[in-house]
Order: sequence, then C-alpha cells, then structure tokens
Amino acid sequence: MKLKTLTAMTLVAAMAAPFAATPALADLVFPSLSYRTGPYAANGIPFADGYEDYFKLINARDGGIGGERIKVIECETGYNTEKGVECYESTKGQGALVYQPLSTGITYQLIPKSAADGIPLHTMGYGRTSAANGAVFNTVFNYPANYWNGASAVVNHLLDVNDGDIKGKTLALVYHNSAYGKEPIRTLEELSKKHGFKLTLLPVDHPGQEQKSQWLQIRREKPDFVTMWGWGVMNATAIQEAANIRYPMENFIGVWWSGSENDVRPVGDKADGYKAINFHGVGDDYPVYDDLEKYVYSKGDATGAGDQKGTVLYNRGMYAAMLAVEAAKNAQKIHDTAKITPAMMRDGMEALEITEGKMADLGLPNFGPSFSVSCANHGGPGLASVNQWDAKAGEWKEISSYSESDMDVIGALINADSTAFAKESGITPRECADDGVMASMSKDDIMSEIEAIKARLGELLKAAEAL
Amino acid sequence: MIYREVGDFKTTYRADGQTFPIWFDRIRYYVVLLIAFCVVPFIINDYWLNAVLLPFLIYAIAAIGLNILTGYCGQVSLGTGGFMAVGAYSCYKLMTGFPDLNIMFCVLLSGVITALVGMLFGLPSLRIKGFYLAVATLAAQFFLVWLFNKVAWFYNYSASGQITAPERTIFGYRITGAETSAPVTYLFCLVLVVILAIVARNLTRGHLGRSWMAIRDMDIAAEIIGVNPLKAKLTAFGISSFYIGVAGALLFAVYLGAVEVGEVFGIQKSFLVLFMIIIGGLGSIFGSFAGAAFMVLLPVLLKNVLVGTLGWPTDIATHLEFAIVGALIIVFLILEPHGLAQLWRIIKEKLRLWPFPH
Repeated sequence: MKLKTLTAMTLVAAMAAPFAATPALADLVFPSLSYRTGPYAANGIPFADGYEDYFKLINARDGGIGGERIKVIECETGYNTEKGVECYESTKGQGALVYQPLSTGITYQLIPKSAADGIPLHTMGYGRTSAANGAVFNTVFNYPANYWNGASAVVNHLLDVNDGDIKGKTLALVYHNSAYGKEPIRTLEELSKKHGFKLTLLPVDHPGQEQKSQWLQIRREKPDFVTMWGWGVMNATAIQEAANIRYPMENFIGVWWSGSENDVRPVGDKADGYKAINFHGVGDDYPVYDDLEKYVYSKGDATGAGDQKGTVLYNRGMYAAMLAVEAAKNAQKIHDTAKITPAMMRDGMEALEITEGKMADLGLPNFGPSFSVSCANHGGPGLASVNQWDAKAGEWKEISSYSESDMDVIGALINADSTAFAKESGITPRECADDGVMASMSKDDIMSEIEAIKARLGELLKAAEAL
Repeated sequence: MIYREVGDFKTTYRADGQTFPIWFDRIRYYVVLLIAFCVVPFIINDYWLNAVLLPFLIYAIAAIGLNILTGYCGQVSLGTGGFMAVGAYSCYKLMTGFPDLNIMFCVLLSGVITALVGMLFGLPSLRIKGFYLAVATLAAQFFLVWLFNKVAWFYNYSASGQITAPERTIFGYRITGAETSAPVTYLFCLVLVVILAIVARNLTRGHLGRSWMAIRDMDIAAEIIGVNPLKAKLTAFGISSFYIGVAGALLFAVYLGAVEVGEVFGIQKSFLVLFMIIIGGLGSIFGSFAGAAFMVLLPVLLKNVLVGTLGWPTDIATHLEFAIVGALIIVFLILEPHGLAQLWRIIKEKLRLWPFPH
C-alpha cells in the first residue's frame, strides 16, 4: 500500500513538470502551426513541409539569417481553433517572430492577440481580408493576395473566356461553411450586381465529405459556372461529385486553396480540365530546388515524408517561408541588429519589397508577382493567375498570366469592413502618410533618397536653364 | 490515521448534514480554495491560463451541467454543444445589444436563455427516454448549429459568420477582449465555477436532487410515490442547460474571444463533455471536475511529453495521443465504470482504515 502511494506520488510529480512550456532559446524562432492530422491533413502537410524545408535550406546554405540561426517550432493544431490558441500561447513565450496559422478560424482568434502582444501575423492568401488595411490592422499582413482578390480573379477569368459578358449567367459558389468559406460572398455579391450574373450559394459543412445534396442541386439547376472555396477532404469530394454529375470541368474554378495535386489526383482522369486560381508558380522547375536538393534532400533532412516537393502547397509553404526570411532580413537592416524582436519583424514586413531581381537571386525567377508592402496596404497587389489541371501529364499548367483584380469593388469593401472592425474594437486607425514609409526606413536610406532627389532636381534645373 | 470520522462528533443536524462531514475533507476543501484564490492568481501566466486552467474551469461547469441531467436525472443528452452555442450566441447578442450591461450579468442571462431553450428541447423527454431521447437531443444539436449558421441576425450580419467578443470590464479590469490579464480572467471564471459548483452540490442533496434521482432510478416508481415527472425532468433540463449555457458563454467571451458555431460547438463538443462525465463519474460533482481535468489536461500533457520533451514529430504524437486517450477511456470503462469519482471514493475508504487495514 505504502509503496503504491509512493509510486503514485512520484508519478504525479513527474507528470506535473512537463506542463510548463520549454524555455526560450536565443535563435530566430519561426513557429509552424501546422496540421498533419485530421480531415485537413492532406493540405496541411505539404504546406508545413515546404515552410520548414526552406528554413532548413537557409540554415544549411546561408548559416541562418544575418548569421542568426533559425529555429522552427512545430505545433499541431489539427485545423482546430482551440488547439491553435494553445499552440500560440505555448510558443509565443519562446520568442516567436511571426505566426502563419494556415487557418482562417485560428487567424480570427489570433488577430486581437497579435495586436496585444505585438507579434505579427502573416496570413498569406487567407485570414481576414480587410486586414489588408494596415492603418487598422497594425500587426496583421495578408500580402500578396487575399480572398476578395481571389473572388474577383475568378469572375475576371469568367469574363475573359466569355468575351467580357456574363450578364444573365449563373455562378454557384460551393463553400466550406465557416469563416473561410463565407469570406468571398460579399465580394461575389457586389460583382454579381456589377456584371449582372446570378449567384447561388451552396454551403458545405465541416469536414466536407457530405456533398450529395449540393451537387444534386447543381445538377438540377445547371449553373453556367461553379466556383469553390473548399479545403481538406472537401476539395477532392467536390471534384469527384462534379465528375459524377458530368459537370464540365473547365467551368469549375477553385480558389487557390482548392487547387493542389491532392485535390485532383483522387478523381483521376475525370478531373482533367479543372481550374484553380493561384498567386504563385507551380512545379519544381526553379533553381531553388537545386539548392534544396543539395543542402536538404540529399542529406536526408527533408521534413515529413519528403514526397511533397514541387506540389502547389509545398511551393506555397516555401513561398511563405521565403517572404518571412526576406522580411526578417529587412528588419535586420532597418534596425541594424541581427537579433530581431517581433516588433522589428513587423517593421521588416511592412517595408517588404519583392522585385523580379530579388526573386531571381533567391532562385525563384517568375515564381510570383513583384510587390511592395506599405503602412496603408498590408495586402499587396492581389494579382492572381489561373491554373488548369492536366490529368494526363499529372501537373498544373498556368493558362493565364498574373492579372489585376477589381480593386474598385474590393478597396471599398476593405475600407468598410476594416472601419467597422476599428469601431467595434475601439481602434483609432494610424495615420499612413508618407512619413509612414519614412518610419520604416533607416536614416541613411532616407538621406540617400534625399540626395538622389537633390541630384535629379539639379539635372532638371540645368535642363530648364539650357532651354 | 488523520482521515476518519472517529472522534468527530456532530451535535446538531446541521453539522451532521454538511457537505464534508469529515474534518480532514473539510480542511482539504478550504486549502484547495485558498490555493485557487490566493496563490494561483499570483503565479499564473498566459500559457497556464489558456492551455490548462481556463478550459478546465469552463469545461468543469459544462460537465456539472450535463451531470445534473444525465448523471442525476438519467436523461441522456447529446445536445451539449448546441446548448453551449445558445449560451455563446446569447452572450454575444447581449454584449453587443446592451453595451452597458455588466459582463457578469451577460453570462448569467445567457445561462437563463439557454435554460429556456433547454426546457423547450426537454419537452420530448416526457414521452420518450433512453436512445430515443438521445436522438431527440442530437436533433437539437444539429438544429441549433444550423440555426446559428443560417440566420445572420445571430452574428450581427458579419461577413465571416463569426462572433467576436467586444471588450468588457468589471471594476475597471478587462474580462473579455484581447488585452485581458491572466489573473483577472482566471478569477472571474473561478468565482463562477465555485458558486455554481456549490449551488449544484446543494441542489443535488436537496428535495429537487432527490426527485431527479428518483426519476433516474425508476421513473414509474417515482411517479407512484409522488414525484412529479414533468417538474423533475423539466427542472433538470432547465438547470442543466443553465450551467451549459454559462459554460458556452465563458468559452466564447472569455476563453476564445471569437467563435464559429460549426467548428467550436459541433457534435464533437457534445461527445467531449459526455466523455468527461462518464470518465469522471456519473452523478458526482467531484466527478465532473475530475473528468474535465482528465480530458483537458491529458492531451496537453501528452503533447508536452512527446513533442516537447522527447522531440517526436508532431503528427505521430497527435495520433498517439488519440490512441492513448481512446485506450484510457476504454480501460476506465472496463475497470472502473463509475469513473474517477469512484476511484476517489475507494481511496477514501482505504484511507479511513490506513494504516491498519485489517
């Protein structure tokens, strides 16, 4: 009896200790709130692998960012908001520089927390669209594109293939019945007024394996086009259902989260011709993959099973990591220190500028559009291309170049929504004039900028005098 | 040696009928309260609050609520998630509709609204029982989630369909919103938990609780000896829903801050709370706490051991976590069908004899 009590007590003591989170370490910490389990794992795994592999490459090839090694802390969220909050709390004390939760639901949880803790949040192509208004959402970024750009890109593509006229046509939106899936509705409604098409809304409940009734409705009503805001198992199920009712695949367009290999492969040949929009390049025909091969894969260091290379979501994870690394470099430059804090990281993100030349230097030529972030615009340019699945070749093909979305409609919506949010939560929007740009530049940069302007003015003066 | 009734004489009925008749139990109870109120608030940080203590306290309220209905009154319910959603959405509507209303009243009023909804869905229990009642409450679960998704009024027509808790304070301390401090929210929930647990404990010991238990043990016999089944069943549904509604309101307003009904209050939440009371022990207030602690702490503990200490890949750890929690539930059901509360009772029995077991 006594022995038993003693064992029980030691057991309790041993169990109590690990509750505390592991202590902080002096590296650049990039937490990866990933999901490798549950109904969304098929999409969560490639993204998480790409995200981590790129950081491994930077560590192995460049010795980290500015000499500081990168530490990735992975935390499994299962696409569940409660677990996401727990992951945020358990990693934020370890010096986390930026969070990329890859879940719109978790993003909504983290937006107020990130503002309170001053840790930036990068929700690339997801999250709260109106966070593009940096004057209200100080710490949240969603460059280079957001859902409303996506919705507009879908409609623009439909306009393109229909010679600019879709009046009287019908568009059905099959969406995940959550904050994520509901996000494009407002924009599509505005666009339907503008272009005169009819919008049908077909919600699909979590996790998305039950879609018979939605597709029965599509079969009955025969909408001219179907677009989809799906994620996880919902994507493959929808494409399968579309194939079952012989819906013409070229009229079925998914958002960028419904356009990965894992979504179309299960349907086989019947998925041929399915389209999805995208905001970055596809395939593994980029020089960065040679480096990844040399420094990461060949050493057996690939994250996960190492079988995701070159897939759409792997590329996207890598792109997310690349933008984070560039922002960190930026932050180091602005604040002139290698050991950056989350607040410095935020400044680096706000002053981020991605040019063609920079992308090429990083081994990703023509991978994505060039863009710059500013105090007022945290959303980037919102350019999107259209990809089409070629089932025979087993790969996505880009069928259009990056094109602009309808910023008249989107800009107004972003302003309305972010103003409402600011009012609701008592935020006074920042002043985002040119001094906002100055604040994110180092003094030397500003001085050299002024010198350049001076020189140019002198030239103009001379030219005027010569006249 | 110290845990025994011997020598602990009661001279009044009042003393004889108290919750903790044994001196040691009583002291232990006060010590736990003292630590919870006077020590924990000073050492708590965000991680402990959000990963461990807040979910534990909130789920404890939900588990007490379900235990009243299922454990004490014997009416199986699978609608817990839906009723929690009612609490959360009423709290949201009250918070946004009446910005000056104190958050404490918002939370309690959400409980009252949930109680009314719960009684409405409890009406079928007068006619049906067992499996059929479980299916009827399951319908409530799906109907309520569908309702909160479908009718935009409930989420104030927000684009995302999410509800977000605005900032509210008590005595100038922030309870909801982003910039809350850990001790304040902890104390807010703790006060509610303690009051509600004491009320529940006394309800179940009194006239009402006895009529619930009579209905649970054999409803026909109870009716014959004069227990009104209408009153007993509807009060059980009402009071149980009150607790669950309060838990839902706290989960939304204090813990998560932003909620989406389908994800947070889905069927899995109903099962989670049901597992809590099954593992903790049906018909026991202590069991509700033990079950909530078990289901909240075990995953966090396993994760920290497997990923944090042993450095395993997160996916393997998560899958293993599912397997371990599942296996433990089965083991518990086989070895101790009366739950952790029964284990506690056995320990107490042994303690009474210790150190002279024979």
